[in-house]
Amino acid sequence: MKLNTCLAALIALMPAAALSDEIWVSNEKSDTISVIDVDTLEVVKEYEVGERPRGILFSSDFRYLYICASDSDAVQVLDVEAGKIIHDLPSGEDPEQFALHPNGKLLYIANEDDAVTTVVDTETHHVIAQINVGVEPEGMAVSPDGKTTITTSETTNMAHWIDTETNTIYANTLVDARPRHAEFTTDGSKLWVSSEIGGTVAIFNTSDQSQIAKIAFEITGVHPDKVQPVGVELNADNSLAYVALGPSNHVAVVDTATYEVLDYVLVGRRVWHMAFSPDGTKLFTTNGVSGDVSVIDLATNKAIKSIKVGRFPWGAVARPTN
Amino acid sequence: MKNIMKLWFCLLAIVLSSTLVEAGENMRKISVLYLRIAAPERPVLSNLDPTPDNLGRAGAELAVADNNTTGGFMGYQFAMELIDLDEGNLAGARDALHASDAPFVLLDMSAEQMLTLVDESEARLFFNVRSYDDRLRGADCRASLLHTLPSYAMRADALMQFVLKKRWDKLALVSGNTVEDGKFADALHNASRKFGLSFGKEEPWVLDGDLRRQAAAEVPLLTQKLGDYDVLFVADEQNDFARYLAYNTWLPRPILGGDGLRATGWSHVNEQWGAAQLQSRFYDLAGRNMQDIDYAAWAALRAVDEAYLRTNFANLDAIRSYLLDGIELAGFKGRPLSFRSWNGQMRQPVGLTHASALVAMAPLEGFLHARNELDSLGADAPESQCKAFGE
Repeated sequence: MKLNTCLAALIALMPAAALSDEIWVSNEKSDTISVIDVDTLEVVKEYEVGERPRGILFSSDFRYLYICASDSDAVQVLDVEAGKIIHDLPSGEDPEQFALHPNGKLLYIANEDDAVTTVVDTETHHVIAQINVGVEPEGMAVSPDGKTTITTSETTNMAHWIDTETNTIYANTLVDARPRHAEFTTDGSKLWVSSEIGGTVAIFNTSDQSQIAKIAFEITGVHPDKVQPVGVELNADNSLAYVALGPSNHVAVVDTATYEVLDYVLVGRRVWHMAFSPDGTKLFTTNGVSGDVSVIDLATNKAIKSIKVGRFPWGAVARPTN
Repeated sequence: MKNIMKLWFCLLAIVLSSTLVEAGENMRKISVLYLRIAAPERPVLSNLDPTPDNLGRAGAELAVADNNTTGGFMGYQFAMELIDLDEGNLAGARDALHASDAPFVLLDMSAEQMLTLVDESEARLFFNVRSYDDRLRGADCRASLLHTLPSYAMRADALMQFVLKKRWDKLALVSGNTVEDGKFADALHNASRKFGLSFGKEEPWVLDGDLRRQAAAEVPLLTQKLGDYDVLFVADEQNDFARYLAYNTWLPRPILGGDGLRATGWSHVNEQWGAAQLQSRFYDLAGRNMQDIDYAAWAALRAVDEAYLRTNFANLDAIRSYLLDGIELAGFKGRPLSFRSWNGQMRQPVGLTHASALVAMAPLEGFLHARNELDSLGADAPESQCKAFGE
């Protein structure tokens, strides 16, 4: 009895360095953010945020979480230490996804209902520019050198290449139907774009916007119409890409050298987006319809656990604590 | 100083906008004709759901706006001419068609009027956006007439898949008196045979009093004659009397078809698969909810846009070929839309909806098909009576 009390006291006194890494998940239909402990795979915290949170990302120092609260027409800023929303940034109407410039200062926001991309300064809280793009902009990415921002528009079926110096579009590339997500390789030489209804992922050479490859997916026993690529994540050395395939309930593992699909991993229902654990050993997927997060062990490519979160989990982002 | 700056901005804006206009003049123009002949006015019992004046047309206008956003980046512009004619004014439609050089024509008129106009013209591609009639997809199909509205058969098959899946297999039917009601009732009979079901008792709709006052007295008597059944189908295309059956039937049974659970190409209750964005864009434009004829017109012009882009602005024949073999159009219904090469019907999911929610999107899980599950709805290639497409 005494020993137990002592242990508890000891644990309570342990330094903060022993904290686990976390995965933060936005829940579109419960207006909350769930925080998952990467070691225990349990939900350890939940925050109430604005209406219909979707895209989420951390500031480069991980002190702030930016949240696209789509139906509140705002990007909210959550102070991680204080555990509360400290202010809203102007975002334009219906922000869905966004990307942070490597300078840590500028946010590029897709305004789904307005066919514009909004550029916001996170320090001054001012809108710097609004750029007209196609109908239903969604996927956002900033190149690692900070010179190019990508917006994909779902109904126009394009990736728009925006010069971040001038905030003007310098190229448009057609992709298959309903593009949802854009992702640069770490060296900035290639861009991956997923097309939900087209059922493909296209890879572009960023120097001349030419298409290098297009990947199609085929899952035994699943009708091709249900194979709908959404989220795309590249692992740390960019050797593998993981593609969330929506209502097919699978994540594809792609070899980035050959563009061949190596494996399909069964996860929860309607998989949207993904985040790697900071140590790179696990992948967390948000499953909108089943309302949970699947944890994939990347050594075996198997889902090892599903974690109940809020309603319609959508975005996911990792927060290292060491 | 501030004012001078402002002036500069104004000047700059003027210069910018005039260069945009110049660019606009250099743009490739794609002409579209929307040809509407009013449907016969038919009085219905309720005044709750008047037919909007811009039904169909508003969907086409939204598609033009959507397409022109893409066109702004790619150097083209859709221009739509709208001709709105009184009931029976086929001659006016004929004149309008002759006067227009638009390669794409949306037909918002009766099946007979469509056939007359299509047979008189060459080198155009027509889209049927109003008629559910199966004969336009069957024996009376035309190679240059595509259909973005689902057929009666597709709607009936969707309902039948649903009752089969629920194992609600004792079916009863009340049919209205219009030609359209008869065609939908026929489609329901065909669908029941296709899925191995059959209708038990059936009753025609004969009451002509004001049901708004008498439903509670009359409907129990009528439906008592149907004996026992699981579900009551109603063939009432105008939702004239069907809306008064719910909660007034002799037995407590669900109603499908004319009211209750309805099978449509589009309903304002669709919100999944990104549909919420389409709904709000439409509402902003039209000030009302999107209906299936609006959606059919929208889908037709979105398909043309997609075909133009993917074929790199090919000629009409190549556009038609691409539509019939290759297109994958995003249509906010969860699966890519395409066209059946044997009769020009747009393959599409059919929503089963009640007044406030989507219940299911057919084809339902488990209804398999060798080519495409969407072909479990409506006339399939082997049974099609359409010969004009000559595969």
